Amino acid sequence: MGEFLLLMISAILVNNILLIRFLGNCPFLGVSKSMDTATGMGMAVIFVLTLAGMITWLVHHYILVPLDLTYLRTIAFILVIATLVQFVEMVIQKTAPPLYEALGIYLPLITTNCAVLGVAIINIDEGYDLITAIFFSFASACGFALALVLMAGMRERFALVEIPKAFEGTAIGLITAGLIALAFSGFIGLV
Amino acid sequence: MASLRAEFTKGLWTVLPPFRLVLGLCPTLAVTTTGINGMGMGLATTFVLIFSNLFVSLLRRFIPTQVRIASFIVIIASFVVIVELVMQAYFYQLFKVLGIFIPLIVVNCIILGRAEAFASKNNPVMSLADGLGIGLGFTISLFVLGSIRELLGAGSLLYYDAAHPGFHVMWASFEPFAFMLKPPGAFIALGILLAFMNLISQIQAQKGGGR
Repeated sequence: MGEFLLLMISAILVNNILLIRFLGNCPFLGVSKSMDTATGMGMAVIFVLTLAGMITWLVHHYILVPLDLTYLRTIAFILVIATLVQFVEMVIQKTAPPLYEALGIYLPLITTNCAVLGVAIINIDEGYDLITAIFFSFASACGFALALVLMAGMRERFALVEIPKAFEGTAIGLITAGLIALAFSGFIGLV
Repeated sequence: MASLRAEFTKGLWTVLPPFRLVLGLCPTLAVTTTGINGMGMGLATTFVLIFSNLFVSLLRRFIPTQVRIASFIVIIASFVVIVELVMQAYFYQLFKVLGIFIPLIVVNCIILGRAEAFASKNNPVMSLADGLGIGLGFTISLFVLGSIRELLGAGSLLYYDAAHPGFHVMWASFEPFAFMLKPPGAFIALGILLAFMNLISQIQAQKGGGR
């Protein structure tokens, strides 16, 4: 259990997927302008990433490895993820309409979120077993959601202050992200 | 002919990724610790972009609209696998440094964005010019960002590996800002560069307005 706790802390704080590993930065800057969208996106990513981490692991170990097709990993994974996202969207729409209302518009965006494919590849490269892979995917997604919500909280304040014209929009967003990343690098000694 | 040149040059300034189109940020931030790494990533992306644009454009009449995104992704992924295998065989050092970001070219939004916004609506020649222009713009941006970070963070330029250390350009007593090579430095360097580009555009716009 201690091992999982360590993996959890490492994935959320020390090697934060957004701020330290740089995966999933497009939605990070795109949807972090308000708190509502940030929490919606965060939840959608936690849900899809955990599922995708599990399924891609199974695909890799039970389909690609036995058939000796590991060089097709990239194509196989992206197809699995795209199908999964579509499938999740349909299932949620049928079974849980309120959840669909909340997550609906973020789900299609997740296909091209490199955090999902990135974590799937890290799971394989690091040689995790199935349970660890699921745990790592979940923890990474939590780290993603945490950073996204923190960022949204800060960007909401920007709406009220005057910033130099050249820095408006994405530029100040990037610099804020840099400062949050700097704060997160304080966790480096933790694990 | 004039419009062909326009399609090519727009990628170098008016829609220059990753500054004007804020897409493809992950590789931009992650691999630009040196100029050469940035350029390697840029060239790999350019290769995929050119061929995906060409093939999407050639197949644009055969791909049904409902499944177009999935088809584009398969086309893109095929070229990414080619790049991955070629780099592993011939540029192993770069392959190791870029690591996970080579397979992640698949989900680089610039490529899918061009396929959807341009190549699926234009003829192959135009799409090639568009891919080449955007790809070169991306490569130059990554090279410039990488070189700035390398210069401030390590005091050198064009470092490749221990055998090809490039040039040590800063004066002897220069203390490198190790910060620039760390993840936070990437965000801040890109933010400041972006602000600088905004400033240039503003000055241009003011000049244009005065005329």
